[in-house]
Amino acid sequence: MKLQKASSFALYAVLELARNPTSQLSGTEIADKYGISAHHLAKVLRDLGRAGIVEAARGVGGGYRLAVNAKRLTLFDVIQIFEPIGPQGAATDDPELATDAGCALRMVLDELDDHALATFRSITISTMLKLMARRPWAGSSRFAKPSRQAESGR
Amino acid sequence: MTTPITFGKVGGIRIRPAVNSDLLGLIALDEEVTGLAKRKYWKETFARYGARRRLPRFFLVAEHRGRVEGCIIGEVRAWEFGEPPCGWIFTVQVRPKTRLKGIGTQLFETLCDAFRRAGVAKVRTMMARDNQLVLSFFRSQGMMAGPFIELEAALD
Repeated sequence: MKLQKASSFALYAVLELARNPTSQLSGTEIADKYGISAHHLAKVLRDLGRAGIVEAARGVGGGYRLAVNAKRLTLFDVIQIFEPIGPQGAATDDPELATDAGCALRMVLDELDDHALATFRSITISTMLKLMARRPWAGSSRFAKPSRQAESGR
Repeated sequence: MTTPITFGKVGGIRIRPAVNSDLLGLIALDEEVTGLAKRKYWKETFARYGARRRLPRFFLVAEHRGRVEGCIIGEVRAWEFGEPPCGWIFTVQVRPKTRLKGIGTQLFETLCDAFRRAGVAKVRTMMARDNQLVLSFFRSQGMMAGPFIELEAALD
C-alpha cells in the first residue's frame, strides 16, 4: 500500500512536531530533514493548520507546533485530510460494478479497505513515536534504504 | 517451568491476582464500562481463571485505595498451525475515569511478565476491528498485526 505524497509529508511533519513538543519547527527544517519539497510541504502544513492539527507561530523563531494531543491524534485523522481511506462505496456510473464479478471484487477490496481503516484509526502519533524509538525494523533488509539526513537525528 | 510472578505497586496502583472478594467490584466495573451487568459471566470467569490460580492462567486486577480500577485476563494457549504456545489476552478493562494514568499499561506489562515466566515468547489477542479504543491501547503497547488472518463464515 502506498500513501499519496501529501499524506506522507503530513505524517512526517506531524511526527517531527510531536517528537519536538517544546520547540517550533519551520517547514524548511522539516523538508530538509526528509529531503522533500519545501514548497509542497508548505501547502501540506497550511492544510494541517486549517484542520487544527498544527498551529503556526509568526515572527523571529516562528515555526509550527502540534496543536493537539499526540496520544489522541491517529494516522487516520491526518491521512483523511489528503485522501479518502476505507470503502468508498460503488460509483453509480460504473455498470460493471453491478455484475456478479464486480460485486465479488468490491467485496474483497472492501475487506482490504476495512483493515486499512482499522489500522489507521488505531495507531496514534504517540504510538508511532514509540515505534520509531523501538526500531523493530533494524537489521531487516526489507526496510533498507539509502542513508539520508532524516535518520541521522536532530 | 514456571516461576512465581512478582506483583508490584507503582503510583499507588497495586497489580495482584484477583481474589474472591474482588468479584462484586469486577462486576460493577464491567457494568460501568459496558453498560451490562454480567454477574454469571464474571462468576464463571473467576471460577475458571481466578479462584484456582491454576497456571498458566492469569486473572489480575489493578487496585487503588481498596477499589478495583481495572483487570486483565489471559492464559497460555497451545497454538495451532505449527506455532509454539503463546500468551493470549482476552479481557482488559480500566475504569473510564482512571484511564490515561498508566493502569492498563501496568496490567499489560505484568501479564506479559507472567507469560514470559511461563515460557512463551509471543503475546496475542483478537478483537473487533471497530473497537478502536482497545485496539489503540494494544497498539500503544507495541502490538502489531501478527502472521494470522481471522476468517469466518455463516453456518446456514
